[in-house]
Amino acid sequence: MSTAPTPAPTRATVPTPRTLRGARLPKWSPWALAGGSLVLAVLLGLVADMDNPAQLGLIAAVLFVLGTYGVAARVEGRRQAKDRVATSLVWVCFLLAVIPLASLLWETVRQGVKVLDFYFLSHSMGVVADTETGGGIYHAILGTLEQVGLATVVAVPVGVLTAVYLVEYGRGRLAKAVTFFVDVMTGIPSIVAGLFVLSFWILVLDMGYSGFAGSLALAILMMPIVVRSTEEMLKLVPNELREASLALGVPKWRTILKVVLPTSIGGITTGIMLAVARITGETAPVLLLVWGTNFINTNPFADPQASLPLYIYQQYANSAGYGAAYDRAWAAALTLIAIVMILNLVARGIARWKSPR
Amino acid sequence: MAKRIDVSGLTAFYGSHKAIEDISMTVEPRSVTAFIGPSGCGKSTFLRTLNRMHEVTPGGRVEGKVLLDDEDLYGPGIDPVAVRRDVGMVFQRPNPFPTMSIFDNVAAGLRLNGSHKKAELGEIVEKSLKGANLWNEVKDRLNKPGSGLSGGQQQRLCIARAIAVEPDVLLMDEPCSALDPISTLAIEDLISELKERFTIVIVTHNMQQAARVSDRTAFFNLAAVGRPGKLVEIDETERIFSNPSVQATEDYISGRFG
Repeated sequence: MSTAPTPAPTRATVPTPRTLRGARLPKWSPWALAGGSLVLAVLLGLVADMDNPAQLGLIAAVLFVLGTYGVAARVEGRRQAKDRVATSLVWVCFLLAVIPLASLLWETVRQGVKVLDFYFLSHSMGVVADTETGGGIYHAILGTLEQVGLATVVAVPVGVLTAVYLVEYGRGRLAKAVTFFVDVMTGIPSIVAGLFVLSFWILVLDMGYSGFAGSLALAILMMPIVVRSTEEMLKLVPNELREASLALGVPKWRTILKVVLPTSIGGITTGIMLAVARITGETAPVLLLVWGTNFINTNPFADPQASLPLYIYQQYANSAGYGAAYDRAWAAALTLIAIVMILNLVARGIARWKSPR
Repeated sequence: MAKRIDVSGLTAFYGSHKAIEDISMTVEPRSVTAFIGPSGCGKSTFLRTLNRMHEVTPGGRVEGKVLLDDEDLYGPGIDPVAVRRDVGMVFQRPNPFPTMSIFDNVAAGLRLNGSHKKAELGEIVEKSLKGANLWNEVKDRLNKPGSGLSGGQQQRLCIARAIAVEPDVLLMDEPCSALDPISTLAIEDLISELKERFTIVIVTHNMQQAARVSDRTAFFNLAAVGRPGKLVEIDETERIFSNPSVQATEDYISGRFG
């Protein structure tokens, strides 16, 4: 108290504006609120005799959002409270989206690892009845890879070139018509694509059931996705790069090939991989056109083949409650997810390696 | 090398909109010609008609004649791609190719135009980078991406890229407007060196720059709002900045207009 009085700085006489300082909730408050609403929801559940976890979770979510607003409005004021409500809503929505995904993955892994081993991956169902244990998915993996590969080989050049036409050359009516029909194609149900190929390729041209027939239907499904995503990526390439190349006396086609496409290769690859992931899980066209078999058929151009989605469906549908078939279906589902994921990672690696740094 | 440009009665359109009307002028070889004038008066449009970049814009078309040493750039059978090899261009914002290294950027014009031997290519790249006063700064990192350079270095990289294909004419569309004074100085020095070998046309909003680097200056203006841009006069730079023959030019360069 008796220390020398510090000289009062003249600025201190100016009162600090109140708006710059306000009470803030501590950092841990969202966690506390979340925990509190969870406990409250469970208590409410005990009182009202509810034991459905989904129900309790939703009640907790509502309590969390409302509680955040109430507490924040009292302590920090209404503007900050709205900010916190928006944040907590984003978190709740994120959890709502992630829970089904995580539980699906978890369930598939849990059920799938039971029979998933090297034997399962390297043998077919050739001499195994659906009711017996044993057997494998070699024929189905082979079929899926061949059919998806062929569909990609057909759809990617057509899709990418269509997008190049739309972005770099397309003017007027034809471009508008192409855009319209690509949009229409995006909405085609897979079974309709399958029926189209069935009526044309198999019934009119009298070709047999084969992996390639399935690939044609898958290519139809894949094409519009590739066109749309490639189109968006090409539009992102700055016009200045095209002009820089043209001003060097480079012809337009070389400009597109050497400047525009390499600049957007990362995004284009991602789009193609999304399309591949989508068609890898298609069952309906495969059921109609590839027919399915229990034997290994390495030739996609003749005779029925198997495929993973179809295998999963058949194991589930034909086995009438025999545990062995269920286990095989789950293991095949896990393999399917793994294949899509590996393809995705490989494509991302390629895109990262190739794209501008 | 270094050709004369003779423009007569040139009118350029964007669709039905007339951007510039009835422009005639001569650009002397081995000299710097500067275009000045208010924004939207058609300087850049006119510049882009000189190497047929104008028609890259959808709806862009041109009437009139542009003679490059007696050959009409808009004559029948003229290939715009060949025109652009003879008349190079540097843009307002530096635009190196992001997928390519510094070396590949400079070599791009040659490589994309056909096959060149590797040793020869290295020589040309070195010569062009030296010509653009960039060699000493980048010689140790030729295979690093061009987008890692500073703005001024990127612009000199773009100039090196443009001169690597050995054009006759170099068009520059506000090459310094995105750069700081030091980089601007570097580019202006470079322009003075390059005019020994090329015919240079530069669009600029900076009148001191026009006075510093150019031999002749052309003043463009709009007749009125919504009317196409016109060439008001072209003369020796000294005369334009000391004693122009048109009142509008004097008003513009001395800051009195409207």
